[in-house]
Amino acid sequence: MQNIVEQLINGLSTGSIYALIALGYTMVYGIARMINFAHGDIIMVGAYALYVGVSLMNLPAAAAILLSIIVCAVLGITVEKVAYKPLRKAPPLAVLITAIGVSYLLQNLALLIFNATPIPFQSVIQVPSVSIGGLTISGVTIVTLVVTLISMVLLTLFINQTKAGSAMRAVSEDKGAAELMGINVNRIISQTFAIGSALAAVAGILYICQYQSLRPTLGALPGIKAFVAAVLGGIGNVPGAMLGGIVLGLIESIAKAYISTELSDAIVFGVLVIVLLVKPSGLLGKLRNEKV
Amino acid sequence: MRMALLEVKNLGISFGGLKAVDNFNVSIEKGELYGLIGPNGAGKTTVFNLLTGVYQPNTGTMELDGVNLVGKSPSEICRSGIARTFQNIRLFKKLSVRDNVKVALHNDVEYSLLASIFRLPSYFSREKAMNEKSREILEVFGLEEYENSYAANLPYGKQRELEIARALATEPKLLLLDEPAAGMNPNETAELMETIKLIRDKFDITILLIEHDMKLVAGICERLTVLNFGTELASGETSEVLNDPKVITAYLGE
Repeated sequence: MQNIVEQLINGLSTGSIYALIALGYTMVYGIARMINFAHGDIIMVGAYALYVGVSLMNLPAAAAILLSIIVCAVLGITVEKVAYKPLRKAPPLAVLITAIGVSYLLQNLALLIFNATPIPFQSVIQVPSVSIGGLTISGVTIVTLVVTLISMVLLTLFINQTKAGSAMRAVSEDKGAAELMGINVNRIISQTFAIGSALAAVAGILYICQYQSLRPTLGALPGIKAFVAAVLGGIGNVPGAMLGGIVLGLIESIAKAYISTELSDAIVFGVLVIVLLVKPSGLLGKLRNEKV
Repeated sequence: MRMALLEVKNLGISFGGLKAVDNFNVSIEKGELYGLIGPNGAGKTTVFNLLTGVYQPNTGTMELDGVNLVGKSPSEICRSGIARTFQNIRLFKKLSVRDNVKVALHNDVEYSLLASIFRLPSYFSREKAMNEKSREILEVFGLEEYENSYAANLPYGKQRELEIARALATEPKLLLLDEPAAGMNPNETAELMETIKLIRDKFDITILLIEHDMKLVAGICERLTVLNFGTELASGETSEVLNDPKVITAYLGE
């Protein structure tokens, strides 16, 4: 019994990280109708930025975290402006290939600067673990859950209650009409990339505080799993990405503990296949009729 | 002499070999209620799309209050003072009635992204001001009771009114209405005519409208232009134009 609770908490924690990343995929898809395959590598950049801040520049943890978030937000905006904006009217395939290109570019830049050797990293989260009954929850797990919860609440409030958030939803629904109502669509797209990338930075920070090792490809697997989470929840749907991430983390954790560690990824992707067979638009997604 | 608010000269656009609009001229004075009529496919909506920057013209000039509009993006044109509604309603259906108006509010009440994310005090005051402004506009149309429902759930006639409310939120000098009475019954149309006159006076704006309902056109438009096959067939005072044999022929055939 104790064991299963522990697995569920682990799953929630991994799932939280997936959810934070999935939000970036889903928001960008909702606004720009593209899958930003470079999104996973933003996590990696966030992780390295934290490392540079803490270990090389000797910044206090809070400043390094802020630095990492800012670096990622600026990187997200820049990537959109340089790589995706010129392709606004190009066929979706061209944008997809470009996104994969950006992904490799970021990975190889990291390889060039930091080498392929994994860099050990000491967690910046110094929170003692908590014991309830016979159950011990690590400090990093607690912080992960709390930070994710706060991020989701803030994001939801922003999207639903502010004018900028309403403008985002308006652009996602009808870009043409939004422009005709005076909404600066380019600025909304920049904001979306900035928010998505900032959330990816947070995910990256939480991720390396858990795994404590840096590699240039560290964003690839959580990136692809978060993409699966976004599709599972219904791509373009913000609560869907949150739900998809958590569900994915829970399945993965349970599969690892009770079925097989090696098979856990296969099970995760298998669940995606089954969900999409039954509900092609994802758990919370609505079928969208493509306009002609 | 009154200054023209909208001055359009020799406007033209072709799609492939088809001249959708050719040598279109119009001069609309401030405060005027101007009608644009013509048979289906005459190019009326294309004129609206040119005026709002959805299409860029091949020829001609367009000026609003002496400011050039050619080459500007739809959002720039909206901010310089032209707002519109659509023939087939294009509300943000998944947004609440209030949010539909709020997103269109003039950008003066913009605030920084950081402020809104961290809900700084400026957020509260400005967001509150925008909610109040939206409500004021909705009240003009008696839509305030629907404030929190989704736009998609409004009855059809109310959706048309919400589109006008949303356009007014951008604080336009010139409001373009694309078939505002389409799909309305005679009672609703009569009510709409009153509303159009009311908003012209209350918001001190100029209105250019496309309409097929001749009762509405004859009832409220001061001057008209008739388009046929992308070119002007007639223009002038409403009563003269509507009695012009050329216009009657175009509508009814020989």
